[in-house]
Amino acid sequence: MNAIDVHGLVKRFGDKTVVDHVTMTVAEGEIVGFLGPNGSGKTTTIRIMCGLLTPDEGEGTVLGFDIRTDSLRIKREVGYMTQKFSFYEDLTIAENLEFVARLYGLKPLDEHVGRTLEDLGLTSRKDQLAGTLSGGWKQRLALAACIMHKPRLLLLDEPTAGVDPKARREFWDEIHRLASGGLTVLVSTHYMDEAERCHRIGYISYGKMLATGTVDEVVRNAGLTTFVVQGPQLDRVAAALSGRSGVDQVAPFGATLHVVGSDKKALQAALADVEKEYKGVTVSPGETSLEDVFIQFMSGSKDNMG
Amino acid sequence: MKNRINSVFSFARLGALLIKEFIQMRRDRITFAMMLGVPLMQLVLFGYAINNDPKSLPAALVAMSSDPYTRAMVSALQTTGYYRFDRVAQSAAEAEFLMARGDVAFVVTIPADFARRVERGDQPQILIEADATDPAVASGAISTLGTVANQALLRARGMQETAAEAARGQLEVVVHRRYNPEGISQYNIVPGLLGVILQMTMVMMTSIALTRETERGTMENLLAMPSSPLEIMLGKVLPYLAVGAVQVVVVLAAAKLLFAIPFTGSMPLLLTAVPIFVLALVLLGYTISTMARTQMQALQLTFFFFLPSIMLSGFMFPYRGMPGWAQAFGEILPLTHFLRIIRAVMLKGAELPAVATEIGWLVVFVALFSGVALVRFRRTLD
Repeated sequence: MNAIDVHGLVKRFGDKTVVDHVTMTVAEGEIVGFLGPNGSGKTTTIRIMCGLLTPDEGEGTVLGFDIRTDSLRIKREVGYMTQKFSFYEDLTIAENLEFVARLYGLKPLDEHVGRTLEDLGLTSRKDQLAGTLSGGWKQRLALAACIMHKPRLLLLDEPTAGVDPKARREFWDEIHRLASGGLTVLVSTHYMDEAERCHRIGYISYGKMLATGTVDEVVRNAGLTTFVVQGPQLDRVAAALSGRSGVDQVAPFGATLHVVGSDKKALQAALADVEKEYKGVTVSPGETSLEDVFIQFMSGSKDNMG
Repeated sequence: MKNRINSVFSFARLGALLIKEFIQMRRDRITFAMMLGVPLMQLVLFGYAINNDPKSLPAALVAMSSDPYTRAMVSALQTTGYYRFDRVAQSAAEAEFLMARGDVAFVVTIPADFARRVERGDQPQILIEADATDPAVASGAISTLGTVANQALLRARGMQETAAEAARGQLEVVVHRRYNPEGISQYNIVPGLLGVILQMTMVMMTSIALTRETERGTMENLLAMPSSPLEIMLGKVLPYLAVGAVQVVVVLAAAKLLFAIPFTGSMPLLLTAVPIFVLALVLLGYTISTMARTQMQALQLTFFFFLPSIMLSGFMFPYRGMPGWAQAFGEILPLTHFLRIIRAVMLKGAELPAVATEIGWLVVFVALFSGVALVRFRRTLD
């Protein structure tokens, strides 16, 4: 059975279609990354899955429960971590966890709260007010609160926004530890390195699911070719390249330029011209990264909207 | 030093602040509407509704006979404009009950031997009992009484004005200011204050209950966890019942110790009515909370409700002095009904039958507000 199995989800706010026929399946125990630019419909899709929003069209099940009629049971079995910190800032860490544990009817209370505090390294700070915590600790509290009732599915909405790299690393280690225990995770993010830590990813833009698969599949299916340009006066080379036919992206990476295009022949022709024009410039084949693919998707969908 | 920056004042910077402020004012439509609409509405509402010299007050007649003199007295009282005889009580006990309930403001008793005493030249008497819980209501009606009644009696006997001079003093009008013989206005105000204080704090505290969760972002989390709308509502309002209970004790103790307000009625009856009133208030606040988008809006709506409650409930100005439409408006305010209950119980010693209707009204408010709140509550973020 798939943990998430939804198809044709549509959600409109006024005359804006925020989620446009989104279909998605997530197998049990999988970690799936949910990517897309700001305002692309990630949060709305996640909210539909945990019963916070009702879709205008589309069907589906989460953990085998119908998303339209069984949202109360979904809520019991799902842990949802909101994008914005949404616990009580005027309660301490322990009080927040006790509140959540009581809502879920977890017994014995002290044991559940104590173990959760211990697991996430929060015991030493348990009497601190949540409002006085830094971003990383708030995120840890939020994660603790949404896994305490042992959900079978975690929905995480940009959980690492504003969190430092070390805390992010620890967070992801924790996610993998949980997934190896059989938990299914759907996590939305903007970070490419996080996407690469997922088993599979889905890319959504303007409400439409544009690509799904493993990172390799998504990169391969995008059909992009990438070259690395090195040499002097790279800023002028970049200016000369951008706008030429065949050149879709020109991005400086340190002392090199990444040049990306979907038409390999045209791209090679453009690069050959530039190589002749500018002395000392060398072109070598490069590897297309997930980021290149996403930038390509984003500029593509902007054209659609325009 | 042309480029020196003025650190105290600059028109350009003031202009920037003013423009920003006006744009924000324009965006917040509700606040804007309140700023313009509320003063106008309240001026009209209260300007026409409030009247400190109420006329046409309901009165009950206890007349033992229907001779010409009795009829002359009744019509004379009616022509003063203060009395409106719309009840005829069969007995003194029935009249007493009508007054305790607050159905009538006066009971006029004309004894059976009235006509006989007039004709015999004995000093005839009529008894006027006035509900003096609100001393202001009764004063106008009582002050004009003696002259009017005597003149009417003389006319009925066919006497001349000159002869009337001589006959003056023959009719004795006995006035009983019931419940508050000394006309102390605190007797009226202090029990009412309990209602007003409860209304102010209870509605205000609960009106921000949900908007606070929404504004802080905790609502999304609350909805994502297994909690039902009924649980959320009760969880929000029940704590304030306890706060209300403390307020009741404090105000009642102060009424007794500081203001020496008599407590003639049944404490258990009052303590039954108060929680129903408080429940109606916290549910009203919670209903406001389901409508407002921000805490600011919730407080504005609370205030919007608060002013008419003070003005039109009979707390500050006599309820009977208001025109019919304003009285009808007053009926839809929980405070109006609570004031009748607490004044009846504390000052008049009213028992359950006398205040059952008003308690019934409060129960209706409880049902209505909780129904509206549960329907209005958004279980999802749609």
